[in-house]
Parts: sequence; C-alpha cells; structure tokens
Amino acid sequence: MRVLSALLVGVLFGLGLTISEMINPAKIIAFLDVAGSWDPSLLVVMASALAVSFVGYRIVLARRAPLFGAAFQLPTKTTIDRPLIVGSALFGVGWGLAGLCPGPAISAAALGKGEIYVFLIALIAGMLLKDGLAPKRA
Amino acid sequence: MDIAGFTPVSAAIGGGLIGAAAVLLMALNGRIAGVSGIVAGVMAPLRGEGGADFSWRLAFVAGLVLAPLLASLVKGEIIAIATPHPLWMMALGGLLVGYGTRLGSGCTSGHGVCGVARLSTRSFAATATFMAAAIVTVFIVNRILGF
Repeated sequence: MRVLSALLVGVLFGLGLTISEMINPAKIIAFLDVAGSWDPSLLVVMASALAVSFVGYRIVLARRAPLFGAAFQLPTKTTIDRPLIVGSALFGVGWGLAGLCPGPAISAAALGKGEIYVFLIALIAGMLLKDGLAPKRA
Repeated sequence: MDIAGFTPVSAAIGGGLIGAAAVLLMALNGRIAGVSGIVAGVMAPLRGEGGADFSWRLAFVAGLVLAPLLASLVKGEIIAIATPHPLWMMALGGLLVGYGTRLGSGCTSGHGVCGVARLSTRSFAATATFMAAAIVTVFIVNRILGF
C-alpha cells in the first residue's frame, strides 16, 4: 500500500507541476528574472501549495500515525548551520542556471528533451558527489 | 511585469495539487514530500543503505514521470517546454542542484513547501537563501552576461 500510495501521490504532485507549468525551465527563469519581464506565476504556485499544505499538515499531524506506517517521520534538526546555507546557495545558483529543480526535472524527463537528461545526469552526479557511491565505513 | 506570461489560475490550481500531494504523502506514508531526498534515497542502495524505503521512493519518482504523459494524453499533444539557457549551464546547474540539495538537506519541495508549511526555521532560511541565489544568478546570466 505504501508503494501504491506513493505512486498516486507522485502522479498528483507531477500533475501539479505540469498544470502550473513549473516543469518548463523558461517559465522558472521568467520568474527569477525580476529585472526583466517578470512572470510572478511561481509565487502563486508557492502560495497555493503552502495554503493547502499548511492547513492539511495541521489536520494530519494531529493524528497519531500515518495510515500506512508506525509514525510520522519529520526532520529533527533545528539549528541553522553552514551546510544548510552553503548547500541552499549552491542549489539556488544551479536552479537559476538551468531553470530546473529536482521535481520538475524528473517530470520534464517524460517529454523527451535532451537538455533535461543532461541536467538529470549532472544532478545525480552531484548527489553522488556529496553522498558517495560506496558503502560508508562504520 | 510580464502580464502575457502570468498564469495565475493554472498556477493556483497546480500549486493546490502540489500542496495536496504533500499532505497526502504525510497522511498515508508519514513522509515529507521532498523530491531531492526521495531521489537521493532511490540511489541509497548503491551504498547498501535505505533498502526498506527504496520501493515507495521509486514509485513516487515513477508517478512524477507519469504525470506529464497523462497530461499530454488528455491535451492531445506533447506538453511544450523550453530551455532558454545553453547546454553547459544545464550541466553545471544539474551538478550544483544535486550537490547543493544534498548538502542543504532539501530543495523547493522539501524546504520551500513542506518545511515552510511546518514553520521550520531551517526551511525558511534555506528557501530565502536559494531564492536569493537563484534571482542573483539569473540577473547575472540574463541581464549582465546577456544570455
């Protein structure tokens, strides 16, 4: 059930990205280009997503456990540290260069455009560069 | 402002679906809908880690890929996208997004939507940082370098 629900939620998430055109790098760059012909659509996407998730999380997290699991798994770290800021800054630069973040890049891969695959291969390389390929020694 | 390019209605509907998906993943599986973390998790078995979570993460990624195909089917044509920046920027961008989201523990979905919705100060800081960095990057690339 966990796998089936993740598949359906993935489809829903992807439809959200597709309908809002967030899978289109040109649309993302038009939002980030505040000194050009600025397209504020992404701001509406964020506001709408936050309105739904803010209310929805409050209802869901008031329950004891998820439907298909023993407990809710939430991040426990609360300190703003160097890796958080440096990592987010690097991510932001990459987001601006390509006009893609991870979710939209994966959805856009379905549309068969070569540039998207170049981005995705580099994205996976970047992740492996940080996380490592071989098992970590204890 | 680009009035012709501004699409508030589809943005609001799409955003609502993204929010609903985030809430559902928490309600059903008890997980944050952070795409960078989920993708990294799909590769975790390479290091002999995260075996138990591999299947649902791969299913979520499959759903993301399936969605634009379904939308294209309904629309009767492949959804059009454009990549305005040169290929080397796509490659360098991918590398930075991959490394940066792992170092910073999240991306637009995990920090920007799920984290901010939980009022996490870390996610507020991360979102402000990547938004600012991206805006400065596009300003340099588009307005100063003239791409």
